Formats: sequence, structure tokens, C-alpha cells
Amino acid sequence: MKKIINNPDNVVEEMLNGMTASQPQYLKRLKGFDVIVRANKKTDKVALVSGGGSGHEPAHAGYVGRGMLDAAVAGPVFTSPTPDQIYEAVKEVNTGKGVLLIIKNYSGDVMNFEMAAEMAAADGIEVEKVVTNDDVAVENSTWTIGRRGIAGTVLVHKIAGAKAETGAALADVKKAAEKVIANVRSMGMALSPCTVPAAGKPSFTLPDNQMEIGIGIHGEPGTHREAIRSADEIAQQLVDKILAENIYNSGDEVAVIINGLGATPLMELYILSHKVQAILKEKGLKMVKTYVGNYMTSLEMAGCSVTLLKLDDELKELLLAPADTPALVQF
Amino acid sequence: MTVKDAIKEVGQAVIKDKVFLTDLDQAIGDGDHGINMARGFESVLPKIAALADDNDVAAALKAVGMGLISSVGGAAGPLYGTAFLRAAGACKGKTAIDAATAKAMLDAAIKGIQDRGKAQQGEKTMLDALIPASDAFADGIKAGKNAVECLGDAVQAAEKGVEYTKKISATKGRASYLGERSIGHQDPGATSSTIMLTALYKYLKQER
Repeated sequence: MKKIINNPDNVVEEMLNGMTASQPQYLKRLKGFDVIVRANKKTDKVALVSGGGSGHEPAHAGYVGRGMLDAAVAGPVFTSPTPDQIYEAVKEVNTGKGVLLIIKNYSGDVMNFEMAAEMAAADGIEVEKVVTNDDVAVENSTWTIGRRGIAGTVLVHKIAGAKAETGAALADVKKAAEKVIANVRSMGMALSPCTVPAAGKPSFTLPDNQMEIGIGIHGEPGTHREAIRSADEIAQQLVDKILAENIYNSGDEVAVIINGLGATPLMELYILSHKVQAILKEKGLKMVKTYVGNYMTSLEMAGCSVTLLKLDDELKELLLAPADTPALVQF
Repeated sequence: MTVKDAIKEVGQAVIKDKVFLTDLDQAIGDGDHGINMARGFESVLPKIAALADDNDVAAALKAVGMGLISSVGGAAGPLYGTAFLRAAGACKGKTAIDAATAKAMLDAAIKGIQDRGKAQQGEKTMLDALIPASDAFADGIKAGKNAVECLGDAVQAAEKGVEYTKKISATKGRASYLGERSIGHQDPGATSSTIMLTALYKYLKQER
């Protein structure tokens, strides 16, 4: 294992402290907890809390800030945070207008966030939850019942976050989040595995000439392995699987994420994006906005995912609304 | 016979079988069930030892539940945490537990696991040990047995339930990914549930 770390057992702690030390204008840490909240004072609005296992940076703490999340809870690498941590985050950011939990669909995450919601509800805090499940690769996976939540989650943060900034009620913020979840799909692939620091060795092996299609963001298996192909062919394969969902029609406006899994150069992501744009244009889709970069990673895994969100007028306006966070700034 | 000692016996039994549970989980899961459960009880037991000696069963079980929730992680933390919290809710204010209350506690724990894990019997989970245990406990009550005798029957039923999990494939949790390949392996969750019931039974029987 070759990593820039001090102690494999201390990576989350040191990362969180590094984030707050580097981005004090955006972030602060809730004392005694693995919770990152906005540095500025909480405002009178519905609060958004997300989180999950660490190793997916910038998700989720990188999205804490104006226009997106109010708090992010960091679990151990690839392991859900515990309910007491999530509960503290909820209590901290609640302003009385309610809290929306944004959960990626993994059994452990869902259970731990639900328990936190019950603990907060017992305190009289109004809590709602949404579960993201954008990954079309597999119906059920090692870590889930149902589809997995991956990079599409970032668009839920973006759009529900923008909705909350308008002063909307909790029910309406939740409705916007659910509309994103209903209309967002992703598909990924990997070239090389990643190593969880505490484990010390790669979670799987992939021969030099092979790629794994539909891989999960924890290295859990996808649909199949095959010989590596060109960027254009990979783009076609990923987009075809997403379009097969039959929710995108000619004339629709869409948002796109070309997401790197951690060790993929931007050069490769742009090469991929070029082909993705061409395929979508040919299908008659109108690209309102494309994000290219590392939005939902899997430590140092090499690979990518493509995410497609179908927009309506409301989602489009919220997507294009300003955001100011460490990992996503738009005016 | 105290609730604090009973919890200590249960916790130590789980800690003792850490490697066994982890080996079972390595065969069909992600190989950390024993490690996680042992870490949980190692964190819980000192907290229980520090509680007042008033034999407040609900307070002690609530402390176990909260402790497991904040230390076990994964799915087992919320599932067992919920089970202990719900059992605590079924024995509020009691310092002694009769058979009817014990049955109510067991059922509340089972309901908690079902609500949390959205699982049913026959899906190769801890429920495949606990639901037969509850049924055997009910039969014991009908036959006029006392709480400890009923628990003895429940343990036997739970053990049979663990055996049964070898014959079925998993549809919940990470083992579900293996589907048919999970057949032949006993479920780690059903096993840890049975270890806890067995430890409780041994303690209560010896204290009588």
C-alpha cells in the first residue's frame, strides 16, 4: 500500500481536520463528532444533512455550504456513520424549519440514518429522508437491496439545496429531491481497484487488459468484466445502459456529470465527455449543464461514471442557482 | 441474579466467539460480524458495570441498545441496537421479569429487527433464530413453564433455526449477493442471536 497518510487508523480524523483547516471560510467541525457543518451561522431555512462512509471525497463534506448541504456526517472508510453522529448533525443544523436527510441506498446507511431520524423525531425535530438510487448497473448489490446511490446524489444535494435556500417548506424541499431521484440515472466502470487504508490491500484485482463494467463505488462487483476498449466505446456502453431506462426523450433538457472515481485524469474524462455529448445530441437531448471532474470518488480507483438528469423548468432553475461550497462553486 | 450480571455474561459470550462469528461472516458476508459485535460489547460492558445496582432492567437494556448503536456500525449495530431498545420499552419499571414479560420483550425485539431490517423469516437472518425461539417460548408459557424453562426451550428452537439457515439462501444483507451460493453456510446473525440467548439461559439456570 502506497498512500500519503500518517496512520491507516486515523485517516478520517486527520482528513476532517485538514478540511476545516484548509477551508475555514466554508467549514467547521462539530466538536467531538465526525460532522462537518457550515462555518457561517445557520439561516432560517430547511437544513440538509447527508453523509456516509468516507473515501468518496469530495462527497459529502465538500458539498457543505450555501446552496447545498448544511452538514455532512463522515463514517469510517466505506462504512456508514453511526446514528449518534447523524443525530448530533441534525440537532446542530435544525433551525425549526425541519431537516432533510439525503441517504445513498446502502443497507447500513439507510438503517443508521433512519435510527438518527427517529432519535431526532423523539426530540420533536421535524425530519424527512430521501434515498438516492441512481446506479443502473445492478438491481441488487453486495451492499444494497435495490439500486445503489452514486454520483447522481450530488445533483440531489445541488437541487434540494437550492430549493431549501428559497425558503421552501420541508415537504417541498423533499419533493424536489424526490423529483431528482426519479429522473437521475448513472452508470460506471473501473480500470483499477482501490485500497481501504485499514485493509492495506486492494479490495479486488483487475488484470491490466481488463475493465469492470457497472462497478460500485466501494469496489463491489458490477455486471461483468471485459477487455478494455476505447473511450468512445466506453462512453457508448455507459450511455446506452442509461438511455435503456427509457426516461429520456428527444427534446428533453438534461444535466450531465462525467465523474472520475479518484485516479482518472481530467484529460480522460474530457475525452469521454466529448463522445457522451455527441451521443446525447444525436438522441435529441439538450445539455443544460455538464459537470466534469471528481464528484463522487472511490479512493484511488481509476474509472468513471456518467450521470444523466432529466430536467423540467423547476429542476433547471434550481440546478442553475448559485452554490458556494468547497467542491462546487457556481454563480 | 441481576440484570447487570446477565448482560455481562451475554456480552462476554459474544466477545469469546468473536473469531467464530467473523469466520462465518467471511464465508458469506464481509467478514466483520464478530469484530464489530465484540467491539460493541467491549464498549458496552464498562457502561453497564457503572450503572446503579437497582436492577432497573429497562434502563440497563436501553444502555446496551444505545451503546451497540454507537459502536457496532454496519447493519448489525442498528439491528441489535433497535432490538435492545424495543425490549427495554417492553419492560419499563420492572426489576423482575416473569415469563409473560420476557415473551413481550422478545417479541418487541423481533418486531424492532423486522421494522429496521425490513426482513421476514426465511431470508437467512437473525430472525430465523429469534422467531422460532419466540414461538417455543410461547408454547412453554402455554404448558405452564416458568420463564427460565421457557427460555431453555427457546434456545433449543434458536439452535434449530441456525441449522435451518444452512439450508436456505440469503435475500437480505450482503450475503444476498451470493444468492444460492450462500446455501450450506449458517447465518452469522442468527448465530450471534443464539449465542446471546444461550448465554442468558445458562446464567439464569445457574442462578436459580
